[in-house]
Amino acid sequence: MITILNEQRETRPAHALAEGDSLWLDRSGIEAATGWSWKPEGLCQGELCTPLPRQTAKPMVRGDRLDIAALWQHMGHPVEHDSAGQTWVLGTAAAARAQALSTLEAPDFELPDLAGQTHRLSDYRGKKVLLATWASW
Amino acid sequence: MWQVLFDELKSQGFVILAVATDQAEPARPWIDAAKPSYPCLIDRDHHVADLYGLVNVPQAVWIDEQGRIVRPPETAGSTDGFRGMDRKTFTLSEAIIAERERIKSLYLDAVRDWVAQGANSQHVLSPQAAQARVKAADPAIGRAHALFRLGQHLLREGQADEAAQRFAQAIELHPDSWNVWRQTAQKDARGLAAGPAFWARVDALGPRPYYQPIDMAGV
Repeated sequence: MITILNEQRETRPAHALAEGDSLWLDRSGIEAATGWSWKPEGLCQGELCTPLPRQTAKPMVRGDRLDIAALWQHMGHPVEHDSAGQTWVLGTAAAARAQALSTLEAPDFELPDLAGQTHRLSDYRGKKVLLATWASW
Repeated sequence: MWQVLFDELKSQGFVILAVATDQAEPARPWIDAAKPSYPCLIDRDHHVADLYGLVNVPQAVWIDEQGRIVRPPETAGSTDGFRGMDRKTFTLSEAIIAERERIKSLYLDAVRDWVAQGANSQHVLSPQAAQARVKAADPAIGRAHALFRLGQHLLREGQADEAAQRFAQAIELHPDSWNVWRQTAQKDARGLAAGPAFWARVDALGPRPYYQPIDMAGV
């Protein structure tokens, strides 16, 4: 089974197909893996749609599947996969991160504590938050 | 360092989210020993580092009650004083220790001032000033985070060799990230990536800082 890592998601969509640097997913697979919807207008998240490029060196659509790796990179984001093509990371462009930070809206996230309870940054809305990192290393 | 601050300020609408840019098992003994009463979160894939453009620990971000960044990521109370350590005796000079304490106290006092004064604190940055401090994007860094994420997953799946390759790629693309380098480096008996390879890499910085010095009023 192919594993897809995107933001904090880890999914194993059925019918995922890896061919070299291409990752073919159907509509439901794309939605599950990325939270984006593949519509006639393109790849959409809420009101924002990115149209599929018209002319590509290799076809980006094959039957009911889209080469999400190709589209992701077309959108400017990094894509990495292991040599076996079994684990894929649909990353996020540094420009997108910087853009988000420059709005000064603190990007939300969800992480577990040692007891396994998950905490979202947004759970602490209404308080002043000192977000501080540390490590054992 | 944080518990004292938290105990002092928690009744004033303040919380510390301590994010371990680390794996749960090595972090556990530290958390168990400290028994913090504020949330200690485990970020094994360094997602927060990806979101916020972090490169080392400790770094901190100040986020107000509306979820807005009022101080973007910066070094939180640490200095490069450790580079002056006597590597035979593992001691620091009194001058270095004093300076380290000075910077740490300044940072903690700034947090106190923010909690007491809110938006009127001199340490709360205007939106323009905060935006100016957001680092410009380097596409290589996005790739590095993706490769690190891949490597951590492969490591969990038992594919140590390929994980190591991906980590090496990540380090090459994002050489400023001590988070990636130290997380993936050989650890000593204490779990620290603080052996000869670490010191060589620190020395190779030359005049460049290990910890970006904080830009704060009073420093």
